[in-house]
Amino acid sequence: MNHYSRPVPMRGPYLTPGVIALIVLALIGLAALGARFLFGLGAVSNLTTAYPWGIWTPTIKAGGVALAAGGFTTAALGHIMHREEFEPIIRPALLTAVLGYTFVALSVCIDIGRWYFIWHPLVMWNGNSALFEVGICVTIYLNVLYIEFLPVVVERFKGRVALPGSLARWDRSAERLLAALDRGLERTMFVFIIAGVVLSTLHQSSLGTLMVIAGPKMHPLWQTPVLPLLFLLSAISVGLPMAIIESLLSSRSFGLKPRMDLLAELGRLTVPLLAIHLGFKIGDMVIRETFVHLMKVDAVSVLFTLEVLLGLVLPLRMLVSAKARRSPPMLFAAAALIAGGVLLNRMNTFLVAYTPAYAAKTYYPAFGEVAVAVAFVCLQVLIYRAVVMIFPVISLPDPTFVPKARYAIRG
Amino acid sequence: MTTLDRRTFIKHTLALGTGLAGLSTDAEAGPKHELSPDRMGVLVDTTACIGCRNCEWACATAHGLPAGPLESYEDEGVFQAPRRPDDKALTVVNRCENSKSPATPYGVKVQCMHCDHPACLSACIVGAISKQEDGSVVWDTGKCIGCRYCMIACPFQIPAFEYGKALQGRIMKCDFCHERRADGGLPACVERCPVEALTYGRREDLVRVAKDRVKRAPERYVSHVYGELEVGGTSWLYLAGRDFTDLKFPKLGKNPAPGVSESIQHGIFAYFVPPVALYSLLGLLMWVSKHRHDDGEDR
Repeated sequence: MNHYSRPVPMRGPYLTPGVIALIVLALIGLAALGARFLFGLGAVSNLTTAYPWGIWTPTIKAGGVALAAGGFTTAALGHIMHREEFEPIIRPALLTAVLGYTFVALSVCIDIGRWYFIWHPLVMWNGNSALFEVGICVTIYLNVLYIEFLPVVVERFKGRVALPGSLARWDRSAERLLAALDRGLERTMFVFIIAGVVLSTLHQSSLGTLMVIAGPKMHPLWQTPVLPLLFLLSAISVGLPMAIIESLLSSRSFGLKPRMDLLAELGRLTVPLLAIHLGFKIGDMVIRETFVHLMKVDAVSVLFTLEVLLGLVLPLRMLVSAKARRSPPMLFAAAALIAGGVLLNRMNTFLVAYTPAYAAKTYYPAFGEVAVAVAFVCLQVLIYRAVVMIFPVISLPDPTFVPKARYAIRG
Repeated sequence: MTTLDRRTFIKHTLALGTGLAGLSTDAEAGPKHELSPDRMGVLVDTTACIGCRNCEWACATAHGLPAGPLESYEDEGVFQAPRRPDDKALTVVNRCENSKSPATPYGVKVQCMHCDHPACLSACIVGAISKQEDGSVVWDTGKCIGCRYCMIACPFQIPAFEYGKALQGRIMKCDFCHERRADGGLPACVERCPVEALTYGRREDLVRVAKDRVKRAPERYVSHVYGELEVGGTSWLYLAGRDFTDLKFPKLGKNPAPGVSESIQHGIFAYFVPPVALYSLLGLLMWVSKHRHDDGEDR
């Protein structure tokens, strides 16, 4: 039997009790966001001169970028390495990346004090600034992601354009445009797919460079010149687990049978990536002899240990077992630990490790900051659900379906 | 199928590479970073400061910040706890105990150090911070997007942001009275100081003056001119009667603060060679794995 499956829009009611809860949380955060725009950052945040970056940086900004790494890792696996059997995983991961990066851009926009100057880095350059590099790369990559997603939109409407009323006379032109897009995108997509992977490696690592300039203000457990490498390795190792999480969650939500054959294989592929990340993390600690900071028990040493044990060692041990990989709950738990570990690492790097010389009091996020961060996550889930119900993103098994040519490199 | 052959692909890749390389040369044209040999500085003698805080008043007045009446600065209660400059006060004076002569405690004026290699300048995403010929490190309201990365970068924890403003919140820090000095004036604090705790002059000369003072009165000073070498040198220099860590100065190395970060940044982007090389490598990998796949299907 063949394993072909066809991406189709999901069916079913949009509103469920869970969805309504998400909407409520989103509305609370949006109210806080309104206060931020009306009265300034100070009204909703606990930011101070000592702590200029709060909870938004490691969560919806840098954390969002890291957890959207499924986009480029699955693209590299499916398209560049030609593992075509992973086709059903790629589209959901791509959608997560599209939404993830869109909300990263929005998060940056609300976090900067002068949001209406968000376009300045496009024309005012500072090549020495790691933040400039991140900004430019993320902007370009966001556009690449939209281009990568365009074929899904074309597929949805091609051959069934029916504009309402007097607009109907444009139907044929729209069809011609879609056909041209379809042809053009299929031929050139490899350019964007490779670009997407290159841009991702660049900004995922530069996000690590960000805190290097803070120098002695950073705790030595996290302040290392290989911070960019560690950030890149963690992004690479969290990409496939994020695809596993999405796939299992949406299967659950829409009552589908999860493709455990594919997901278990993703789990297997994660093992070496995670091992490399763990190796560099431990190696960096040994070479710089920062393990001395782990000798005494305090918040910092506990958080670092949690990051390594729960985020790297435990899931690695779980994924090594073939039996655990085939069990949906175990696989989900391992993937969730990895994602949680990366999130904790970003929290540690941007907040816990940052110890200003003259802090009157330690920073804890304000209610408004947490509410906005929660709302942004909820909005992504809500939009994700809407998009997979409108566009063909999630694949269902279809023995009659023969996929058309994939985005191969030409030549 | 092969509407785009391999040669075209290589051509396109090269074109893309050259395009990006072109961008990289532009990107190097960052913010102004002048290190004039005649750049000015201020020597702060913390053993001479009497803690009158007239400099605070003069600074607030000169920068249009709420200054209050001059008499209110006589209140010594503020010395109870050390204070920091913020968005409402660009400079503050703290008091530090003098064990050699308890009646004359040290006064430590705090403000932007005006580094020769400022971390804030290197960090700023839009190049809104520049180092001027006159030694000042100034901020440009026309460029700043309010990202506050300068505040993360500064080793002295100086830049502050006006969180209370919904629009046009500013990065607030001492600007070394850049505009006043351009009009031939003195920095407001220097002009106001009644005891010559602040000496304004060419940085090069001030280093000499400072070392000379230490040599002539070794019992009065520790043999350390803070700012001469710290983070690659600062325009503001300090003399003290006890160790600078007691005066709450951060202990910093001699290397410019942005050094490591800039080397990493330039390593990743060396003339765009690494990204373009990675692009080509991935293209090759994609091509090879496709052909291996096709061969597999042919069999």
